[in-house]
Amino acid sequence: MSDDLVDDSPQAVLKNRFIEGIKVMLGREPKKPTVITPEAKKIHFYKKGNRDLIAEKLHARAHAEHKNTWRNRRWITLILANLLFVVSFQFDIQILEGALTASRLIGFHSVDLNSGLQVILAHKHIIVNLVIGMTTMLVFWMLFGGRAFCSWLCPYHLLAEWAEKIHLYLVKKKLVTDQTIDRRTRSVFWLIFAGLALVTGYTVYESISPTGILSRALIYGPGLALLWVFALLVFEVFFSRRAWCRYACPIGLTYGVVGIISPLRIKYTLDGCFHEGDCRKVCLVPHVLDTVIKGRAVNTVIPIGPDCTRCGLCVDTCPTGSLKFEVKGLSKLL
Amino acid sequence: MSDEETPEDKPVKKVGAGGTAPLSKERAQQARRKVLRTILLTGGVFGAALSGYLPLVYAQKPRLRPPGALDEKDFLASCIKCGQCVQVCPVEAIKLADLVDGFGVGVPYIDARSQACDFSCDAVQCILACPTGSLTYKKPPFVGTRPGAQLAAAPILKAKEKDPEPTLNLKERIGVARLTRPEACLAIQGKGFKGPARGSDFKGLMRYMDVDRWKPIPIKDHPYEVEECDLCVSECPIKNAISIETVFAPDGSKRKSPVVHEPCVGCGVCEMICPAEPAAIEIVPREVWKA
Repeated sequence: MSDDLVDDSPQAVLKNRFIEGIKVMLGREPKKPTVITPEAKKIHFYKKGNRDLIAEKLHARAHAEHKNTWRNRRWITLILANLLFVVSFQFDIQILEGALTASRLIGFHSVDLNSGLQVILAHKHIIVNLVIGMTTMLVFWMLFGGRAFCSWLCPYHLLAEWAEKIHLYLVKKKLVTDQTIDRRTRSVFWLIFAGLALVTGYTVYESISPTGILSRALIYGPGLALLWVFALLVFEVFFSRRAWCRYACPIGLTYGVVGIISPLRIKYTLDGCFHEGDCRKVCLVPHVLDTVIKGRAVNTVIPIGPDCTRCGLCVDTCPTGSLKFEVKGLSKLL
Repeated sequence: MSDEETPEDKPVKKVGAGGTAPLSKERAQQARRKVLRTILLTGGVFGAALSGYLPLVYAQKPRLRPPGALDEKDFLASCIKCGQCVQVCPVEAIKLADLVDGFGVGVPYIDARSQACDFSCDAVQCILACPTGSLTYKKPPFVGTRPGAQLAAAPILKAKEKDPEPTLNLKERIGVARLTRPEACLAIQGKGFKGPARGSDFKGLMRYMDVDRWKPIPIKDHPYEVEECDLCVSECPIKNAISIETVFAPDGSKRKSPVVHEPCVGCGVCEMICPAEPAAIEIVPREVWKA
């Protein structure tokens, strides 16, 4: 093999993996890696070798209990945040005024990055308050993990999670099958909606955004627009698992890009992993977890790519603690 | 290289005649179906997005926008649909449009007949609340101004007349009041009016200075008794925007009639308070002043 010619240091393979992660977010299917660090190769070799993996696995399983720790924390955060919007208006307590698209948190502007972008493209002028609000949110979500917006704040995400449960039940009963769709569609949609805003001068995406529609419905009362949200959920239950979030939503891609350099992320440790794939079964974006497939990890420790929503379902599911939340740099400081 | 492969990585390939490895029939069919589904989803979402154009095609009745709104096209482009203007309005005059408004879904409007803007906030706070400049005190130079939309002078709020600063920070009108059904107007008929202006189950609110400067009350709790109806004039919040004048009817007889003047900002209080059903006086949204 030509391994002598390629740089297989952890820095080099992780850099490759970082770039690969961005491409995968934009829609490319993950590929089998060609360069793996010697340390990781060693672990792969031993796993193939003579350790009593079955005994170890059963042992780990016996100790692992079914947890919903992160899911519960996330649901509570999501519900409380959306509730804060509602009570701020209903009881006039003025903590978080506005809706998810734009709001004032104790008087400070915060503007959803995708909505702000749509307005700038459609209006073609930069408004100071809008830029202030967008910058605040940019810094916030850069620190707190980009697509964490999706799983920790977006009200549609929660409904879609429940719809997903129904979908998976129907799949188990063999009543429906998950119809997968090309993930590149999301990138295409992002471009289409940006283009439409720029060309037509209307914030076209905002008129069908289930996130905006739901947020306003919660705060200002329901309307006919909820029919569109309902149609999306029906599509996801009977036809394609988590279709909107996976294949369509431009908000997810916007925050994904923001999260590329986020220090808050999921960290994968190769050593203890049994490669059972439970994490990939619960994941909204299983393509970011391709690295947990046997023989694919390029390094002993790997940060998960930017399309990850930091929902923590994999952390809850993993019986061996091979997937954990990590704040880059913080562990060194402590 | 990698030690093992999971089932999903195992290539389901048959070596073809030309040395290439074609997909199995099953895989090829799956791939084809995936392409079809991708096209279906793309078309579906794109179609749904474009359905926002429908109301524009139907040219729906124009909506009355909140004070300080940019011209319609700029307004729809810049509004981020957050509803902060809704939240600050003390009389809840501002509502958010629903699906039937297409691209206007989630965009604020005022239905003056059910609840007009009576400026009981004293300072056009909806403009202050707007994060994107869709509602603005002063239009930036890059957006056009329609002739006749600008107010000749800062409008004087009757309620603040005795304050050191009696004017509203408003440069443009959002519409103009028009006597659209003169035949229904009580003043023209020479009739008076007694009772709650809009009946006893009307939910609209208004600030009455003689009741409470800071708290708007239901209009049904403030009955009127007038010899000759002049509610549109007496309740108009803007100074010199409307008056009762003596006019000559086509048959030569003298009549009393409300006449709208240049300071009218299009707030809609006259439309809300008009006891005739439907209202004799209405706001024409986005209308400009024609001398």
